[in-house]
This record gives sequence, C-alpha cells and structure tokens, in this order.
Amino acid sequence: MDQLINDFSPGLFIMQALIFLVLLFILAKFAWKPIIQSLKIREESIQDALDAAERAKQEMERLKSDNERLLDEARQEREQILKDARQVANSLKEEASLDAEKQAKRILEDARLAIKNEKQAALTEVKNQVAKLSLQITEKLLRRELADEKAQKELIEDFVKDTKLN
Amino acid sequence: MIKKNTAFFTLLVVLFASSLAFGSNDEEAGHSTGGAVDTKEEINEYIHHHLKDSHDFTLFSLGESGTHIGFPLPVILVDDGLHVFMSSKFHHGTAVAESNGNYYAVHHGKIYKTDAEGHIEYDEHHHPTNATPLDLSITKNVVGMIFAGILLLFMFGSLAKSYKKGPIPTGVGRFLEPLVLYVRDEMARPNIGEKHYQKFMPYLLTAFFYIWLLNLMGMTPLGFNVTGNIAVTVCLALFTFFIVQFSGNKDYWKHIFWMPGVPVPMKIILMPIEIIGMFTKPFALLIRLFANMTAGHFVVMSLIALSITMKAAFGPAAALGMSFFLALFISIIEILVAFLQAYIFTMLSALFIGMAVEEHH
Repeated sequence: MDQLINDFSPGLFIMQALIFLVLLFILAKFAWKPIIQSLKIREESIQDALDAAERAKQEMERLKSDNERLLDEARQEREQILKDARQVANSLKEEASLDAEKQAKRILEDARLAIKNEKQAALTEVKNQVAKLSLQITEKLLRRELADEKAQKELIEDFVKDTKLN
Repeated sequence: MIKKNTAFFTLLVVLFASSLAFGSNDEEAGHSTGGAVDTKEEINEYIHHHLKDSHDFTLFSLGESGTHIGFPLPVILVDDGLHVFMSSKFHHGTAVAESNGNYYAVHHGKIYKTDAEGHIEYDEHHHPTNATPLDLSITKNVVGMIFAGILLLFMFGSLAKSYKKGPIPTGVGRFLEPLVLYVRDEMARPNIGEKHYQKFMPYLLTAFFYIWLLNLMGMTPLGFNVTGNIAVTVCLALFTFFIVQFSGNKDYWKHIFWMPGVPVPMKIILMPIEIIGMFTKPFALLIRLFANMTAGHFVVMSLIALSITMKAAFGPAAALGMSFFLALFISIIEILVAFLQAYIFTMLSALFIGMAVEEHH
C-alpha cells in the first residue's frame, strides 16, 4: 500500500483524466452517437420488415382460410343442389309411375265397365230375341193346334184343370 | 481510407527510425545498471523498472555498452512556472537536469527537485524526502494513452463513417460492430435498463475499448503498462464513481442513508456500511484492473527471465525452450485477461450505474 501510494503520480493522473475526457467527448460526438444512431435505425428497419412480413403472413393465412371457407361453401352448395335435383328427379319418377298406374287402373276399370255394359246389352238383346222367337214359335204352334177343334177343347180343359188346382 | 492508413504507418516508421538515431547518439558509460541483466536482483530491478512509468521511450538497452535504443519524451514540470525540456537531459536517470535555475533528478521513475549535485535525501523507510514538482510530462504511458486514443478515433470514426454508405458496415467495422453491440446488449441494457442505458453508452463504450486496447498494447514488446499503473486505474474508477453518484436517483440515496423496509436500529447500522460501500465499489474496480495487469506483466517477464535464471540448472537450450513455452502459454492467457479485465471494468461500471438509476416501486 505504501509502495502504491509512493508510485501514484498525480501528474499522470491529471494527464489520464484529460486524455480520457477529450477522448470521451470526441468519440461520443463523432463515433458513438452516429454508430448508435445507425444501429438503432437499422434495427428498427429490420423490426419493421419483420413486422410487415408477419402481417403479410397473417393476411395470407386469412386469405387462405377465406378461400378454404368459400371452397367449402361451394362444395356444400353443389352437394345440396345435387341432392335436391336427385330428390326432384326421384319424386318426378315416382309421380309418373303412380300416374301411370292410376291411368292403367282407370283404363282397366273403364274397359271392365264397358265389357259389362256390352255383356248386359248383349244379354238383353239375346233375351229379347229369344222372347220374340219363342213368341213366333208359340204363335205358329198355336195357329196349327187351333185349326183342329178337338185339340182346342183339350187345351181349354187343361187350363181349366190347372186353374182349379190353383 | 487506404491512403490515410499508409500515411499513418509512414509516420510510425519515421518515428522509429528517428528513435534509432537518438539511441545511437546516446551512449553513456556510468549507468547504474550497466552491463548485462543476468542476476536475480538485476532481473527483479529490471521488471520493476518496466512496470513503472518512464520519461523516455526505451525499446531495449544494450547492457554491455549501456546504450539505450529508443527516443526521449518531453518533460513538463509545474514548479513555480512551467519547465519544459526533453528527457534526454536526464541521461536515463544518471544526470541532473537544469531548467530555469531549478535542478531535477529521476529516482525510480519519479522526478524530484534537487540541488545542483542531485542529492536525494531519504527518510527511515528509504523514501526520498525531496520535493516533487507536478509532473505533467508526456511519459511513456501518456504516449500509450494518446496512441490508443488516436487508434480508437480511427477505428470507430471509420465505423461511424461506413454507416453513411449503407446499413451494413464494411471493412474493419465488420469486426467492431459486434463488439459495440456486445457492450450495448450484454452490459448496458441488462444492467442499466432499457430506460436509461443510452445516456451511459458513450462512457461505457469508451472505457471498454480504451482499457481493452491499452491492455493489448501492454502485450506488445513496446512494453506499455498503462492499465497496470495505479494513477490510471484510480482515474478510471473515479470516472465511474462520479458518474454513479451524479446519476443516482432518490431511491439510491435513500438506500444508502435510510434503508427502507428494515427496523430503525438496522437503518442506523446499515448507514455507515452503505456509505463505505459507495467507495469500496470503485476501489475494487481500480485495484482489480491494476493488480491483474501488473501481475500479468510481472509473470510474463519473469517467465522470459527464466531463460537466464535457469541457464545454470538446465543448460541454455532447455532453459530457453522452457521459458519460451511457458511465456507463450501465459501470454495467450494474458490476451484473454486483457479482454476480461476490460469486460469486468465495463460490466461492473454498468452494474453500479444500474443500481444508482434503478427505480423501486
């Protein structure tokens, strides 16, 4: 310690203080200030660029998800349309077949009705014809029978017999 | 830029050339440590001499003829007026220099006022009792400081200029910019805080590069020992001390004189401790830097001296080889220490400043 104090040179101390102060001021003005300023500006510009990139990325992401959403919606819409169309087609087909069936039934019904009517008409015709024929036959028979007196009498007697029984 | 560098180195070469001329003219027979430096005492003396500041720039001395190769530096004394003369007047400490009717002599690197014969009186501790004038000489250390200062101006001036061309520095700035960023991002920002650090950047940067460069210059054979000089480290530590005290806020002073959050008796006990702490912090800074650099120089030179002291025991070749490898090894460590001490000084300065400007809630 004693040695240290003896070695301490006040002159050197003063020179050091002076040189250091001058150096500090010159460096501060001509070196540190512009250097720190430039570093700051550069770092800010880098930060800005990074931020912009981040923002762009987010924007991209957003657009991408938008696109995805739109595509999804379109896909769903197509599906819906297809489904609807299929449904409509199905119902049309069904309706058509139902219609056809009904039509066929109706035609059958009509036919059956017509046949029945015709049959009825034909039967009536036949009956009439039979009646007419029977009448003609009867007339002819009667005409021949009644030409003979004996036969007439017999017939009347038959009728009278029958009437009595009734 | 290249042109400017060339001019700078030409200046250096001219300086050394002239120094050699000075050396050859300066022959003296009666030097106190004349002859080769080969005994332990002489080596010790030589190392101690080197660790001190000197008034001339001696590159090496030829022991046999007592010739010193180097150049003299101006001596500036304040002693009833200004005395300015070249250090060659002292003839490397062997002669009494006369200036404006006053006589001065050099003893262990220090200038004392003497009579015409150069008598130096000693007290019982063998310390000279002669008056010492205020010595503002351009000593070897001052040359070192100025050299470091100019180098820093060149280096960081060019870095600052390179930003004008674009955001990315070119040339030597590529190497310097990360160091500036290192000081800012590893020392100033985390220790002082985002809010205040910018105000202290110029001091921290200057201190860091100044100390580092001077430490590295100490590793060259030019033999500067600026940061191993107590006056220099005291001065640097005082800068930190005053910056801390002047930037201290209300909380800082409150923590020193009336520690909040502890009982009153504790406050009274803590006050003197905290006040002592104010001074021990920069004291630790100055002692650490001084001791590390001085010890480093001492060890490197002692290991080099091994080639002489071990010659008798191991023979010249083995002694030389051993000395070479040990000195090389320690030199590599010293290069690391040169950075480390600059780092620690700046880091602790930033830490102390940070403690002073810290805001408590």
